[in-house]
Amino acid sequence: MSEFDTAASRVSALRGRWAVLVGFGVAAVLLFAVAPAVLTSFRLGLLGKYLCYAMVAVGIGLAWGRGGMLVLGQGVFFGIGAYLMAMHLKLADAGADGVPDFMALISSSGVPGWWEPFRSGWVTLVAILVLPALLAALLGLATFRRRVRGAYFAILSQALAAAFAILLIGNPTATGGSTGLNNFVGFFGFSLRDPVNRQMLYFIAAGVLLAMLLLVRQLMVSRYGELLVACRDSEERVRFLGYDPATVKTVAFAVAAMMAGIGGALFVPIVGIISPNDVGIVPSIGLLIGVAIGGRTTLAGPVLGAIAVAWAETSLSEQFPSGWTYAQGLMFMLVVAFLPGGLASLGAVRGLRRKIAAADPTVAAETADGDPAPVPATEPRHAHGGAQA
Amino acid sequence: MNADYLELTDLTVSFDGFVAVDHVDLTVLQGDLRFLIGPNGAGKTTLIDAVSGLVPATGRAEFGGQDLLGRKVHRIARMGVGRTFQTATVFEELSVLQNLDIAAGSGRSAWTLLRRRRGVPPSVAEAMETVGLTELADTPAGILAHGQKQWLEIGMLLVQDARLLMLDEPVAGMSGEEKEQTGHLLRRISADTTVVVVEHDMDFMRAFAKSVTVLHAGKVLSEGSVAQVQADPLVQEVYLGPGSHTAEEAAIVLGEGV
Ligand SMILES: Nc1ncnc2c1ncn2[C@@H]1O[C@H](COP(=O)(O)OP(=O)(O)OP(=O)(O)O)[C@@H](O)[C@H]1O
Ligand SMILES: [Mg+2]
Repeated sequence: MSEFDTAASRVSALRGRWAVLVGFGVAAVLLFAVAPAVLTSFRLGLLGKYLCYAMVAVGIGLAWGRGGMLVLGQGVFFGIGAYLMAMHLKLADAGADGVPDFMALISSSGVPGWWEPFRSGWVTLVAILVLPALLAALLGLATFRRRVRGAYFAILSQALAAAFAILLIGNPTATGGSTGLNNFVGFFGFSLRDPVNRQMLYFIAAGVLLAMLLLVRQLMVSRYGELLVACRDSEERVRFLGYDPATVKTVAFAVAAMMAGIGGALFVPIVGIISPNDVGIVPSIGLLIGVAIGGRTTLAGPVLGAIAVAWAETSLSEQFPSGWTYAQGLMFMLVVAFLPGGLASLGAVRGLRRKIAAADPTVAAETADGDPAPVPATEPRHAHGGAQA
Repeated sequence: MNADYLELTDLTVSFDGFVAVDHVDLTVLQGDLRFLIGPNGAGKTTLIDAVSGLVPATGRAEFGGQDLLGRKVHRIARMGVGRTFQTATVFEELSVLQNLDIAAGSGRSAWTLLRRRRGVPPSVAEAMETVGLTELADTPAGILAHGQKQWLEIGMLLVQDARLLMLDEPVAGMSGEEKEQTGHLLRRISADTTVVVVEHDMDFMRAFAKSVTVLHAGKVLSEGSVAQVQADPLVQEVYLGPGSHTAEEAAIVLGEGV
């Protein structure tokens, strides 16, 4: 009995695994071979920046797509990672016991005490990995335990993003104020002026993103991933089965925060500047829109959506600077209204047609059992199948 | 294990002054199959809610010697208390197999959770057989027929290893044959667990109840065997209105065994 398994599930798991393997292969070739060959170093730098956004998006896909948490304030975690890295780079540039240039300009009181630990590269790296996740864990336990859900959680996370940006602007001597931190010269001993090192940074970003995708893929197909979807669909029911949904959701939220922090940390040397404009409400929502457009419940959707939106922003905002915000909002509404599963659900619909043609039409009638992702990208809450009442 | 029994003492639930469960004393022993009946709004669901931790209550609700009141829902569940809902509640986007696997796994370690499920755990396979959903293992629960969803919920109770099972209208909307199967299943389960079933279906109650409690306006109105309860003038009054009633009249509402 224990070896019992349904043929259908084995076949689809196998197909899923192949699709994912092929997908990763293609992505790796594109990122590591094609892009460096065909893009100028300026364009490659831009792509590197988009990959940093994509890291945040992977986390949003997990927390929002799988866990149902509308994380509208990921800019906070992105910002913490970024500012930690920026502080370290400024301190390293200033040399042993030196004072970063912008600080020396506007104040004479020297380096604030809480900056000092980040002279150490190791402390900085550990802090980047731990602090965003820790903050998210505390926030998650505090809110999910109290059963703060849906819109309230979204508003809370958004308020946090706003508060963070205001905090940064309000302390110019410590954070560079609204200008932020910029003019980085070196990165852990490597010059950021050298194109070879800049390309290396791009490769690091690409590698980190692929690693994150592998991690999220594992989380999605694991039992934890199933439990997370269960929490999204019916938190109350999960509770009656003996689980604490607050813990389940907090784990996903913390992982998402960690990914956002890493994305922020890599953003700094790649882009060369971090300012409150990159961490407040607007960029937080921008990231979410990319994920919504790409398809939040899938693995690749958030990444592709985030890259596409960032790319469109760069190209379009040059021509219509103010129009971009409206265009973004419009796209978001269109996707939410007509394609709640994002563009990824188009592929799923095709897969569904194939399936209906091939298999039992009564069973497949309403599902959109997509590709590698085991859960349909659309969200039909159709209650009772209604065959027999 | 024979210490397993549910004992409610002075259980009271009030919503802003409205008393939905009113000083209820109730004991259900292991091996019993207790039906909880009563008109709409009698407080049957609220009673289950209180025992399972969904609504705050006063008094005592002891199971296996421990008071359940004041504990969190998931803690109560881990103490062996399982329930179903009046409207079948399953994870619509997960398959039958995934639903059952989650129900079976509240004790799993983090390490197990982070890995993929390989094959089907024996308890899950057995439960699928028992509730007749083996063929539909990979079907999303959302597209199951209503009766199948209710069976899935019962299956989830089984793999959950609950020792106190509370089912809220488990056969509503089922066909006669499905009801029959459900009844036999409940009989089998009740041999070594404590089972409370809320039902409006009087034929079903008559066929399968081992004992009955009638609730009315939050209070216990009558308790005993099916025959005793049906013969109780108080019960007839609640179901048929005041005055005396013929056996035929009572039979129409309360079943033929009067
Ligand atoms: N959350 C709540 N807040 C206020 N009143 C409630 C709440 N839940 C239930 N009630 C009231 O408590 C009373 C008992 O409701 P309950 O759902 O327990 O009845 P029931 O016996 O299960 O009825 P039915 O057979 O219709 O399911 C009803 O009058 C109901 O309106
Ligand atoms: Mg009820």
